[in-house]
Amino acid sequence: MINTNFFINILRFTLLVLVQVLVFNRLHFFGFINPMVYILFLYWYPIKENRAAFIGLSFLLGLCIDFFSDTMAINAAATVTIAYLRPVIMNFVFGVNLEFQSFKLGNTTKVQQITFLALLIVVHHFVFFTLEIFSITNLLLILKKTLAIGLATLILCLLFSTLFSVKKE
Amino acid sequence: MRQIINFLIRYKTFLLYIFFMIISLSFTIQSHSFHQSKFFNSSNWVTGGIFQTSYNITSYFDLKSENQKLVNDNKRLRQILYNSKIKDTVLIDSSNINYTVISGQVIKNNYADQRNYITINKGEKDSIKQDMGVITDKGILGIIENTSNNYASVQSVLNEHSNINAKIKNTDHFGSLIWNTEHYNTVQLIDIPRLVPITIGDTIVTGAMSSIFPENIPIGTIKKFDLDDSKSFYYINVSLFNDMTNIKNVYIINNPNREEILKLEQETISNDQY
Repeated sequence: MINTNFFINILRFTLLVLVQVLVFNRLHFFGFINPMVYILFLYWYPIKENRAAFIGLSFLLGLCIDFFSDTMAINAAATVTIAYLRPVIMNFVFGVNLEFQSFKLGNTTKVQQITFLALLIVVHHFVFFTLEIFSITNLLLILKKTLAIGLATLILCLLFSTLFSVKKE
Repeated sequence: MRQIINFLIRYKTFLLYIFFMIISLSFTIQSHSFHQSKFFNSSNWVTGGIFQTSYNITSYFDLKSENQKLVNDNKRLRQILYNSKIKDTVLIDSSNINYTVISGQVIKNNYADQRNYITINKGEKDSIKQDMGVITDKGILGIIENTSNNYASVQSVLNEHSNINAKIKNTDHFGSLIWNTEHYNTVQLIDIPRLVPITIGDTIVTGAMSSIFPENIPIGTIKKFDLDDSKSFYYINVSLFNDMTNIKNVYIINNPNREEILKLEQETISNDQY
């Protein structure tokens, strides 16, 4: 199974970690918005692959980001959660199309892709900020941060995914 | 037995998820209650090395303004030196020295989270230890939290665990400096009694109670004040002198007497119990 896919994933992993910690963790847009573009790894990861390996890789990705940004293991927890929930979200967004043998992310409509990405981001950010702020009295702050930073992440992820489009036909 | 194995096989991804989740939650909750984890911090050699490389490249861009800052600081210090009554040579007797100062550079800075940490490029090799104070030319920055050979992570004053002894300048009324995680330019001073006369614009400096910082290091000015819920203490918003978003050169302060002070305090407490 060691093929180009494997190397592409390793390359993506390293590049996304570096871009995240060296560029986007220093953005501080409006003083508090640091988009988390490394979620794109989970968006781009092949669909019909071993789930256990996928969850393990996601945990590792989150942990790498945590090491750089001094956030204990919050990124790891949030990333593992969306890695586990990804099939559920995909079932919700793509429905029956997912059963086809020739299913590819590039063949789906733009709306489906955006919904899929947005759901991943919302779940990730909600788990992340719940763990970071860690109090129910600040629920409003959690929602505010999830929305504001989620929106920034979504826009940047969409830009990146069009820039490095996997679709080659 | 067969059913147990079947169960394990069927729910293996879920169990794997729970396993990873428990690992990360335990690390997170453990450091919520006390210090940053010894293991999960950006002062280890891999992350420190990458930040150092990035710093080496980007540090050239603001060299001019950094130089200007250092010249201004020198100017201020010279002014103090020339106007003081002592002769121009200052006698330095090593038995008299209370504090030693080490310089360093910030290679990673953060101010958007609830618990912000800064990474600097000095470590155990330069005799940096946990709980040393870190300041800039304008005011305080934080306290050393974790060290590796070449790097150290600093708990910034913009951290919800941060708690520093501070007082109002030229008085002895002291309180604690905390951060309510709202704005990166404003920290809070609490536990100042109501009878203390304060006005907006008063300067806040570090207090003498701390064995980490020397007394009278500037922190900021009073921006706004109110009484807290108990109506007997003030809740003061302090705007920092430091621009926390733009920090390069820092000074690390070592108090050689700290261990002696801590030991004495420890003995007093344990004697009290009998």
